[in-house]
Amino acid sequence: MEQKELICIGCPMGCALTITMDGGQIVEVSGNTCPKGKAYGEKEVTNPSRTITSTVRVLGGESPLVPVKTRTEIPKDKIFACMEVLHGIAVRAPVAAGDVLLEDVAGTGVPVVATRGVGKK
Amino acid sequence: MKSCDIVIAGGGPAGLAAAIAARKAGVESILILERDREAGGILNQCIHNGFGLHTFREELTGPEYAGRYIEMARALQIEWMPDTMVMEISRDKVITAMNRREGIFRIQAKAVILAMGCRERARGALNIPGYRPAGIFSAGTAQRLVNMEGYMPGREVVILGSGDIGLIMARRMTLEGAKVKAVAELMPYCGGLKRNIVQCLEDYDIPLKLSHTVVDIRGKERLEGVTLAQVDDDGRPIPGTEEDYPCDTLLLSVGLIPENELSQGMGVVLDGVTGGPVVDESLETNIPGVFACGNVLHVHDLVDYVSEEAARAGVNAAGYVTGRLAQNGRKIPVTAMEGVRYTVPQFICPDRMEADLTVRFRVAGVYRDRFVSVYLDGERVLHQKKRVMAPGEMEEVILHKSSLLACPDLQCITIKTEKE
Amino acid sequence: MYDVCIIGAGVTGCAIARELSRYQVDVCVVEKCEDVCCGTSKANSAIIHAGYDAPEGSLMARLNVRGNEMMDGLSQELDFPFRRNGSLTVCLQEEDMPALQALYERGRNNGVKGLRILSGEEALALEPHLQEGVTGALYAPSGGIVCPFLMTIALAENACVNGVEFRFQTKVLHIQNADGYYRLETDQGVLESRYVVNAAGVYSDLLHNMVSSHPIHITPRKGEYLLLDHSAGRHVSHTVFMLPTRLGKGVLVAPTIHGNLIVGPTALDTEDREGTNTTAEGLREVAAKAALTVRDIPLRQVITSFSGLRAHEDGHEFIIGEPEDAPQFIDAAGIESPGLSSAPAIGEMVAEMLGEKMGLKPKEQFMGRRKGILNPSVLSMEARNRLIRENPAYGTIICRCESVTEGEILDAIHRPLGAVSLDGVKRRTRAGMGRCQSGFCAPRVMELLSRELAVPMEEVTKSGGVSRMVTGTTKKNAGRENGDL
Repeated sequence: MEQKELICIGCPMGCALTITMDGGQIVEVSGNTCPKGKAYGEKEVTNPSRTITSTVRVLGGESPLVPVKTRTEIPKDKIFACMEVLHGIAVRAPVAAGDVLLEDVAGTGVPVVATRGVGKK
Repeated sequence: MKSCDIVIAGGGPAGLAAAIAARKAGVESILILERDREAGGILNQCIHNGFGLHTFREELTGPEYAGRYIEMARALQIEWMPDTMVMEISRDKVITAMNRREGIFRIQAKAVILAMGCRERARGALNIPGYRPAGIFSAGTAQRLVNMEGYMPGREVVILGSGDIGLIMARRMTLEGAKVKAVAELMPYCGGLKRNIVQCLEDYDIPLKLSHTVVDIRGKERLEGVTLAQVDDDGRPIPGTEEDYPCDTLLLSVGLIPENELSQGMGVVLDGVTGGPVVDESLETNIPGVFACGNVLHVHDLVDYVSEEAARAGVNAAGYVTGRLAQNGRKIPVTAMEGVRYTVPQFICPDRMEADLTVRFRVAGVYRDRFVSVYLDGERVLHQKKRVMAPGEMEEVILHKSSLLACPDLQCITIKTEKE
Repeated sequence: MYDVCIIGAGVTGCAIARELSRYQVDVCVVEKCEDVCCGTSKANSAIIHAGYDAPEGSLMARLNVRGNEMMDGLSQELDFPFRRNGSLTVCLQEEDMPALQALYERGRNNGVKGLRILSGEEALALEPHLQEGVTGALYAPSGGIVCPFLMTIALAENACVNGVEFRFQTKVLHIQNADGYYRLETDQGVLESRYVVNAAGVYSDLLHNMVSSHPIHITPRKGEYLLLDHSAGRHVSHTVFMLPTRLGKGVLVAPTIHGNLIVGPTALDTEDREGTNTTAEGLREVAAKAALTVRDIPLRQVITSFSGLRAHEDGHEFIIGEPEDAPQFIDAAGIESPGLSSAPAIGEMVAEMLGEKMGLKPKEQFMGRRKGILNPSVLSMEARNRLIRENPAYGTIICRCESVTEGEILDAIHRPLGAVSLDGVKRRTRAGMGRCQSGFCAPRVMELLSRELAVPMEEVTKSGGVSRMVTGTTKKNAGRENGDL
């Protein structure tokens, strides 16, 4: 049996969660004061994931960069691999908000989409 | 001179939402004056997500959130002028503005909505001693450089202040390959949202040093390092606790100040605590027909609340223009006391208020298991237990028109925290 | 081989250069920083003293009074802001009134005009925020305020258009007396000059001692200041000093020519000639001492603090002239307060001295007038609109706090001895000097500097040297097209 300590981000309360695990299986979540806290704790210890937002270089655009995000969350341990990919690519203007700039970032299966448009210079 | 029913100073989230609401309330002649090239204001550089959960029930990035409002404004054919600086607004609502195409020009407005936003507190206001080298930025300036222009302010970073922009930039700089060595916070609690503490600092093992401040800045040309020290209960550095942090960049996230130079110039009365105009339930300032909303009114943590508030300002400005907004009602002061630092609005005219009115406020410290109470003169009409309240998170209470109208001789509305 | 090399492009060096540019002579100003006005000249009280402080009969007294007299003409000729706001030296105790009287006498003997001793009531009537207990004040109507940056820049620009060469980022490491000339070894190579003028501020003793066996000694004396927002700029209208007594020397409280309020300085002797850092104690001391003479200073309106180093010479006197054992080497050393006030007169004195020694002839085509950077906010709306039609850059505000347009910044960059750094732009136009302290405008000014000087953003500096504003781009492989797209 092992225990992990987390702070819940569901609301300003910031409950201190204790998640008891047994060989990868969650035995108990304690310290939460609402169901959201339990769900957060479970997800955070088994499959922590984050949406990544960054920018991608734009060629020939009225701005040099376009802001982007991963369409859904990606595994937390893929964050820097994702950033590495975003560093290296460039797109040509025009770009529209919602355009998929990359189908699958760093093998996560998650696309990277533009979060705003960039017109041609 | 050109004339216009409603002129809105600022095309950020507040100005856009105000314009959209005013148009929907039936005003045709609306003009937004925006100093930047694009509408959307500061949201354009807030590329992170977490916006829109209240408004759109989904999590958007700053540009996406702004994009939705820009789209709505476009669909409603709201006129706006980019790259245009409002230079002055007179008490009788003549706006003097300037841009490259038209030079300086004046517009006579029937109603004005102030939506200029806020600026960041600078180092000088904190009087941090030391040298004045390159490499010291406010967090928002760094955010603009990184997210909109693609430049790195530096590689080894210390951040002073745990406001949300500071936390967001800690993560952003880390993702871009910089080493963020510490976030120091003068207060014994974090100034930002809980989720930002976890997702911006803990995710990347960035230490948050509460009750710490910068006591020295080294480096004559480019920053070479800062000294952090622990502070006592009065915020004074404790000798012997100094720690040296070599770094080439210091980001400051030490507070936002509503930008009210235009408001002051036209005679709008400001609240000493919020730094924004004193307004009534309709978000109208002491000058009839002049309304304020968004961060120029008081600094918000969530843009969703800005949009909601600004829409009210828009509707009321429309009401003023069309004569629907009654004038000369009796105004009851709302007093903030005992742990409540301020309220917005500061006055309420019961005759003009809608059935329910949200009064927003901030508390003075981190309080656990305290009550928020509302008194109408001596009578307590609301007594609501809050498990935790913190200065970094805006609070609200709802007041009901019926209960205010039930007290015909009401002199004062008081909002305070109570231990029991 | 230059005829004259002036070391140091502070207000002293630039005043000398400008006066020398009246003559047919080959002059070079050598400066270790990237711009003029980077040392003591940029961090001081920004006031023009009337001249009653300096000891009777001293060179300081004479040059102060003369420099003060020259300011009206000079500021008009060279188009920099100067105003005689008058000064009040405030006495706080009845027992110190004789000392105030003595100051008055000294002033009269120094040739200061218009001095008057005011009663406490009169002083309060003139300056209502003085402390109630004030027992009297010495009023000097000729005291003034000036922009030390614009004054120095104006002198330098005018010298430049009249043929003086400026070498920036050039630090003099050694001076050798060769046969009839001097060899200046710098970090940018060797310069040769028949005459050398030592206007090197806190470094002037080091230079002097390289060529003379009669050493002088300069102590960098640190002075810390607080600068308050425009909203506090009318707290006092005169420059308010405290009469030095056994309570101490006090600090001054004064409006600046640009409408801010300045409070300071402290006086702390240091060893470090680059030690322009502020300290917590120093800033506390400024606030505490200012409160002795002026009440209710709105210290919450502080927008920045800074510190400067005065070149304090052991004998507290200006050292101007040729050392016995170093002919053709002219000191302008120990120029501490009232150095800014005296600068025009120092320029005149040194130029005359060199003119005589070198037998210089006046230059016929000397252009004594200079136009400063156009400030569009002083124009009528019609004139301003004409200007914007001719040059749309005047229609774009870059610095919101101080309302500085792109047009002014472009002018600052492209005029003679134009700005090459953010601080250079700031000192010429005030962009970044307001309440947000460049939070909004820094990225825009960086872009303009990068574009106009054709240097990458990574090379744009705050103040020359290694003071780069950004360290690189966020994209390592910028510009490489993505094959997938």
